[in-house]
Amino acid sequence: MSILTVVLNIVVIVLISFGVFFFATGTVGFLRFPDFYSRMQATGKCDTLGVVLSCTGVALYALHDGLSLGNILVSLKIMFIAVFWFLGGPTATHALLNSAFKSGILPWTKDGKAIIEWPPK
Amino acid sequence: MITPLENIIIKTLCRLLIPFIQLFGLYVIVHGHGSPGGGFQGGCILAASFVLVVVAFDLPEAKRRFSEKLNNIFCSLGVFIYAWTGWMCLLLGANFLDYGILNKILPVNPVMARYYGMFSIEVGVGITVMAIMVSLFLDLVTGGKHEEALDE
Repeated sequence: MSILTVVLNIVVIVLISFGVFFFATGTVGFLRFPDFYSRMQATGKCDTLGVVLSCTGVALYALHDGLSLGNILVSLKIMFIAVFWFLGGPTATHALLNSAFKSGILPWTKDGKAIIEWPPK
Repeated sequence: MITPLENIIIKTLCRLLIPFIQLFGLYVIVHGHGSPGGGFQGGCILAASFVLVVVAFDLPEAKRRFSEKLNNIFCSLGVFIYAWTGWMCLLLGANFLDYGILNKILPVNPVMARYYGMFSIEVGVGITVMAIMVSLFLDLVTGGKHEEALDE
């Protein structure tokens, strides 16, 4: 096992660990937060970062056996998933939140009083 | 009737992503006989890109790009390709969809004739699935009355 492989393994382990950490916090936020908006905030942000970090880790691990054409192709495909998720995930969250606000779901407050008036005059 | 969503973020991103989605759909169709995927899955991805156009822009814009008439032609075109690939084999003296015999009219050996036969089947299935999915989506979204919903 060469020193390069060891370094690669360490980087992969760190990236995937952070990815799993963000997935876990996103799930906790989804389960524990009180209303739609804060839940979407938790899942939207954490899922995006989790997917990007995990996919980068897996893409680096695909180069583990050396830089052959097949390995680079697999790695590139995984990175495409990360890039498209990075573009699409936040936009999907934005669209969901936007339509939720337009259809009149009010943000949660502790004392139950609405902080904004709906429908707007 | 879908109400158009005036949102610059979603519109810009859809304009950016839809070509890549369609490219991926074509990739899934043409790699269907070598890797996971195939005509049905690729056709569904192509149809999803069209659904994204309808969701991000609006129905008249989507119909301007890909009209109902063209869609109906594509519905039949895929079945036509599929059926005639099968019938060519039958006419050349083998069973229905027994592609090996196609080497009589294609300048290749029987193995590659099988390859191209499968490929044309996948293309036919992909075109039909895309057109039927788009047709179903338009039926659902307009309540079954296409042109009337446009005129409103």
